[in-house]
Formats: sequence, C-alpha cells, structure tokens
Amino acid sequence: MDVQTLTIIMVGASFALYIAIAIWARAGSTKEFYVAGGGVHPVANGMATAADWMSAASFISMAGIISFIGYDGSVYLMGWTGGYVLLALCLAPYLRKFGKFTVPDFIGDRYYSQVARRVAVLCAIFVSFTYIAGQMRGVGVVFSRFLEVEVATGVILGGIVVFFYAVLGGMKGITYTQVAQYCVLIFAYTVPAIFISMLMTGNPIPQLGFGDKEAGTDVFILDKLDGLSRELGFTEYTSGNKSTIDVFFITAALMVGTAGLPHVIVRFFTVPKVRDARKSAGWALLFIAFLYTTAPAVATFARVNMVNTINGPEAHGTEYAKAPSWIKNWEKTGLISWEDKNGDGKMFYSGDERNEMKVDRDIIVLANPEIADLPAWVIALVAAGGIAAALSTSAGLLLVISTSISHDLLKRDLAPDISDKKELMFARIAAATAIVFSGLLGIYPPGFVAQVVAFAFGLAAASFFPAIILGIFTKSMNKEGAIAGMVTGVLFTTAYIVYFKFIDPSANNAEHWWFGVSPEGIGTLGMMLNFVVSIVVSRMTPSTPVEVQDLVESIRFPKGSGAAQDH
Amino acid sequence: MAFESGDKAKAYWSENVRLMLILLSVWFVVSFGCGILFVDELNSIRMGGFKLGFWFAQQGSIYVFVCLIFIYVWLMNKLDAKYGVREE
Repeated sequence: MDVQTLTIIMVGASFALYIAIAIWARAGSTKEFYVAGGGVHPVANGMATAADWMSAASFISMAGIISFIGYDGSVYLMGWTGGYVLLALCLAPYLRKFGKFTVPDFIGDRYYSQVARRVAVLCAIFVSFTYIAGQMRGVGVVFSRFLEVEVATGVILGGIVVFFYAVLGGMKGITYTQVAQYCVLIFAYTVPAIFISMLMTGNPIPQLGFGDKEAGTDVFILDKLDGLSRELGFTEYTSGNKSTIDVFFITAALMVGTAGLPHVIVRFFTVPKVRDARKSAGWALLFIAFLYTTAPAVATFARVNMVNTINGPEAHGTEYAKAPSWIKNWEKTGLISWEDKNGDGKMFYSGDERNEMKVDRDIIVLANPEIADLPAWVIALVAAGGIAAALSTSAGLLLVISTSISHDLLKRDLAPDISDKKELMFARIAAATAIVFSGLLGIYPPGFVAQVVAFAFGLAAASFFPAIILGIFTKSMNKEGAIAGMVTGVLFTTAYIVYFKFIDPSANNAEHWWFGVSPEGIGTLGMMLNFVVSIVVSRMTPSTPVEVQDLVESIRFPKGSGAAQDH
Repeated sequence: MAFESGDKAKAYWSENVRLMLILLSVWFVVSFGCGILFVDELNSIRMGGFKLGFWFAQQGSIYVFVCLIFIYVWLMNKLDAKYGVREE
C-alpha cells in the first residue's frame, strides 16, 4: 500500500476512535461539562493533561526549531516542562481545594470583585484564542501534505471532529478522548525516533543515543554535529547565539506562563481529591517528559541526517537530479526549496554565502521518517500523531473559551439566574462559535499567528500567575492590589511586544531591547512588575475582608475538599 | 477547623512552605543554574558524548523536574497524615 492510503486508514481509524469515546462519555450536567464531574483518576488525568498540553507546536515544530538553533532551543524544553513543577508545588493542590470550575472563578472570589473576574475572563479568552488558531493551522498542514487535500478541507474535517466530542462531551468527553490521543501521539513520536536512533548509533533509546558514537565510527554524534556546524558557518550546535540573560528570561516566561495558562490549570479541578491534584501534575509531567526528552534527540539526528543528505558524504553537495524523493515531495508544499546559485547542478546547505537551500523548520518532524527512509506505515503514523496533538489541544482550549463565556461571564456575572440546562446550552453555543471562528483563522491565517504565541505565554505569566500566587500565599493581598498588578503586567507586556513585533519590527534586536530581553522573554519582567505593583498598592488600600482571609486559610490544607461545587 | 489548634495550623503551613522552597531551589539550580547561568563552565565536563551543561539544559533538568513532583507528593502526604488533615 502507498503512503497516502495508509495515512487515510490511520487518520480515519483514529477519528473513529475519538468519536466512539465521545459518544460513550457524553456530558449530562454542567459539572460533567466543566470538570468531568471531578471523578477522573489521576493517571488518566495526567495523560489527558499531557495531550492537552502538547500541541501541534510541541509535536510538529519543537524538534525542528531545536534542530536549527541547537542549545538555544533548550528554552522550550526547560520552559514547557519546568512550569509543571510550579503548578504542582504552588498552584494545583490549593486551587483544587478551592473547588470551583475556572481560573476567573478563583480570581473573582478570592479578590471579591467582579472587575477582577472580568479582567481574568478577558485574559483567558484572549490567551486561548491565540493558541487555538495555531492548532487549526497545524491540522491543515498535516492534511495538505499527507492526504494532499486543500488546507481548508483539512481544517473543516478537523473542526467537525473536535466539534463532535468537545461540544457534546464537554470536559468528560474531552478527557477520555485525550487519553486516547496521548497514546496515539506518543507512539507516533517515539517509534520513528527509536528507528532513527538505531540506524544512526545502534542505541535503541534516543535519549541516550544522541550522546553516543555514530554507528561504525569513533566520533560522538554531537561532536560531529558541532564540527559540521563550524565548517558550514553555523553556530556550534551545543553552544548558542542568544545572550545568557535572554535565555534566562525566555525560559522563565515560558515556565511561569505554563503555570498560568487557564487550560492547563483547569485540568486540576477534574480530579477527586487534593492529593490527586498533586499526583496528577506528576503524572502529567512524566508523560510530557517522554516526548520532551525525545525531541532533542530527534533534533540532533535530523540535523545530521539532513546536512548529510543534502551536502553528500564528501560535503561537496548532492546532484539535484539524484535528490532523494523527500526533497521533491516537500518542494511541492513550498517548505523546502533550492536555488542553484553557483550553477553546478548540486544542492548545498550552509550558514554562509555558499547556501543554496531554504528549509522550513516545520518539516523536520514530519519529513524525518522519509529522510531516514523508514517504512510507509511510520510516515502514516506521524501524520495521525500530528493531528492528535493538534486536536487534543484545540479541544481543551475550546472548553476554556466556552466556560469563560457561559460560566464566568453569564452565570457568575451578567445573568446569575439562568438554569443549569440553559447554562449548558450557552456553553455549547459558545464552543461551536469558537470552533467556527478558529477554523476561519486556520484557513485564512493572519500573518501574526506565530508572533502572538509568545504573547500568550507572556500574558499568562504577567497576569494570572502573580494574582494566583499572592492569593494563596498571602492573606493581605486585596482586590485593589491584584487588579492594579494584573492591569500593569498585561499593559506592560502587551506594549513591549506590540512595539517590537508590529510597530517597529526593524528595531527588534538586542541593541534596542530593555536589558537585552527579547519580546519572547518580556513576560518575566511583566510578572515582576505585577508582583511589585500588587504589593505596593495593597499596602496603601483597605485590608481584605475576614471571610476572604478564612477562605485563604481553608484552601491551605487538603482535609474537607468536596467535589467541585456548583453555585 | 480541621486542625487541633491554631498553632498546629501554623506549624503545618510553615513546614509546607519550607518543603516547597527547598524543592523549588533544586528546581532553580538544575534549570536556571546548570542549564543556563553555569552552562559554559559545566560544558568543560563531559559525560560520554554529552557536554554536561548542554545535557542539563536538554535532558537532565527534565528528569529532575519529574522526580521533584513525585518527591513533593510523597512528603506532602506524610505531612498531611502527621497533622491529621488527610482527606478520607
């Protein structure tokens, strides 16, 4: 069978599985819709959280980025895993004990203020939309390359599947579907990695393999890659280009942003007990770590492989006429291209003026099995995995958007009298609208999708994280302080990013950045500002009411945690 | 009140915070320390084919993160039992 038929079978089978699970796990009440009834086992919840967290960006783009920037790519590896330590130690157990549905719920109740709740709702919706547009695009890319259909068709198909299980099943449907999606995506990620590691080093464990010697030689793979990079005019793979302060700030922004993202936090409301919330974070990170420790290995192997195939074993270039089929396949998508500058009919890839290739980072993971000449079913598997990663994240985000509107905005704010049934209906309408909207963004991607992802993290770091931490660990933080802090953090971060990304992109370099911090890392500074402003303002304004101080007291120990409560 | 006395509640909370700060300092040292601030120094040490600083940034820190959370779960469960605030 050819690759395309196999891909259709694998993707089709995985879709059928997701829909079957969704029908089995339909949500009947708002509680089931919002937090899966609070009865999900921590291991299952950990797996679902991992699938929710690992988006098209983690699956498709991350290894590719690392492959191109080497050590600098560590910011993503540490940033997107380290945040879970913060979550587990500083947020998850307390928020679970608090026992409501959403992040704006906590902000609104802890800071006894509708204004604070609205600020939180706005941030939650904005962050989620930013994110989801990228996911839908990922679905489209996978469809167009592997099934050779239009991006639009791919987005619509993906949208229908997500619609089906997110809108019908709510959190309950999503959680169990995500468990299946995790299995699909991790299998799809590790199988090719193991194959390639075996081929290149003879070591079946990729995590160890990329520190091993190249098969049949006496040279370590990483040393070889450093050597190749030097010869070709790139920065040494294991060093980096970014300044230490920038790496520090970006990593911190990603970590804190992760811990502040509403669709991640809400996962810890779905477990039965406080101690399950702690454990669940551990399982989630373990499941995430399988992919995140494999990614740098994939990146290294892919880099060596790609340079070798393009430049040839003697590093004089490979004749274009004899180019391997993956180059021709991907040329069609425009993600790789060749321009014969010196007219010798050979391709050459380098970091200096000899370079004749344009290679998009996104193809590394998707084309990797082809580059390494793996069997067709592995390629089909990677396609199914990429789609699983994109769909699972979209579903989680859709839920945040729909709860923000039906629960935080309507039920808790504008229309407190609506019935459970009506609330559920509004939640479904909101989810459906959000799918259509994000589908459109996927089909007609505005140029800024990639630009604003940094924004989502920076914003989460600069808004939610300090407000939640101060809300748990101090009793004296009052609404004036929290609101002032959130507003300052958001405005500062937004202004910095908008200035360098949109108003004056030509100034977007280390010379103009404050303290040498790039827009990707500015969320960290925004977070610090938020903390300072909150504390200063709270000192000058009336102290928190007694009942709020009691609330804080009561979330600090596990005993007496009930199921997540309705209001 | 779940605690026997206000003092117990205070003691539980300060033990909790102390544990959290100890674990967070390990978290900081392996990622921001070994992986970023001292990466060049550590890179002069080699572990097989890996330069140590590079290994911490792309592998080691992640392994430590996973361990930290499970250690936290284990110690917190013990602390909850000690103060009688474990959930049924």
